[in-house]
Amino acid sequence: MRNLWIFVSRYNAFFLFIIFSLIGIYLTVKNNAYQRSVTLNSSNEVIGTAYERLNIFKRYLNLGMVNDSLAAENAKLKSQLLALNTIDTAKDVKVIDTLTDQQYTYLAAKVVKNSVTLRNNIMTINKGSLDGIRNGMAVIAPQRGVVGLIRDVSEHLATIQSLLHKDTRISVSLKKNHALGSLVWGDGNFDIRKAFIKEVPNHIKMYVGDSVVTSGYGSFPAGIFVGKIIKPNVATNDNFLSGELNLVTDFSTLQYVYVIKDKKAEEQKALESLVKPNE
Amino acid sequence: MGFYDLSTPFIYILFLLLLPFGIPNILLYLLAFGTGLTLDAFYDTMGVHATACVVLAFVRISFISISLNRDAIDDPEPSLSYMGFQWFSLYAFLCVIAHHLVLFFLETFRLSEIGYTLMRCGLSCIFTLLIILLVEFIFYKRTSR
Repeated sequence: MRNLWIFVSRYNAFFLFIIFSLIGIYLTVKNNAYQRSVTLNSSNEVIGTAYERLNIFKRYLNLGMVNDSLAAENAKLKSQLLALNTIDTAKDVKVIDTLTDQQYTYLAAKVVKNSVTLRNNIMTINKGSLDGIRNGMAVIAPQRGVVGLIRDVSEHLATIQSLLHKDTRISVSLKKNHALGSLVWGDGNFDIRKAFIKEVPNHIKMYVGDSVVTSGYGSFPAGIFVGKIIKPNVATNDNFLSGELNLVTDFSTLQYVYVIKDKKAEEQKALESLVKPNE
Repeated sequence: MGFYDLSTPFIYILFLLLLPFGIPNILLYLLAFGTGLTLDAFYDTMGVHATACVVLAFVRISFISISLNRDAIDDPEPSLSYMGFQWFSLYAFLCVIAHHLVLFFLETFRLSEIGYTLMRCGLSCIFTLLIILLVEFIFYKRTSR
């Protein structure tokens, strides 16, 4: 027993190394495999506040650019409103009906932390469960383009698993013929302006410049513009085609995002959970 | 094709490199783990930096005990100004490469992207090492060795 104790204390560096690295690896694996603990990440109040403070300075630097883009968006929305109003008077009752039965609503949120250089990137926004944000909601960029999905939510803050993450897959389709595919990022290419559309059926022909939009099968509404194909028909080893596309979302300058609330999301999920996968 | 998005320097490990020689092992490991965990909290990468820092602490202890005679150490800390360029650069190189290897592999967490991970690791190592040497030369104290 005494010899054992001498042995352990003589090589204490090694035993301490084993203990501490096991703790570290346990934390990492747990974080990857299961629901993350919300205790030590950026939706934590303290760290979120720190990022928010830091962000106040950064916001001033980009103020001009943000103003321009907001003005452009205002103009676009106004023209759309005008178009809607003219239809309103034409078909009175019907339009009111569709308005009250609106499926999607948008909530603007400010990005308080953003990263684009990591393999798996996560953002934090300043709206949380008190504003009605739930896990799994879709997030889009102000002008156009997808951003990602809500991951963890605290009372006033929420984290977004952005498209630049190895686990993010978004259901998209080619605009011209509605062929389905899924949008992933970072398969051998870690340029934040490019992504891949995968699992397109083999008989579909893609061309350079084809538009890719969301399909509407996930939490994203249908028809949101994602990007244009720059390298079509990349053959993979399976029975599907892939293509490389230019994203319209500029992740590096993102300051405001829209969270999309789907009124029928819970109903849809409850209904679909009745179907067993292997039936 | 630029290397800008590939290399990320992590200079905070200089703190762990420069802790004094006389520090007990358990305290060194606790400091390393705590430093890593703080970084993890801000990077949203639970445990990755912590593990990498613990590995760095182990490499540090092993390298010091192999290269120096434990009883004859009369310098207070393993910095460039006390230990000389040759010893310090080898010491920093080994520690940085161990830290970065563990860090990037745990972050990617799959072997299928090994080429990308190794390239990121190598470029970041060079960047970190350069900055560490720069910092050490800036705070160089002339001593009679």
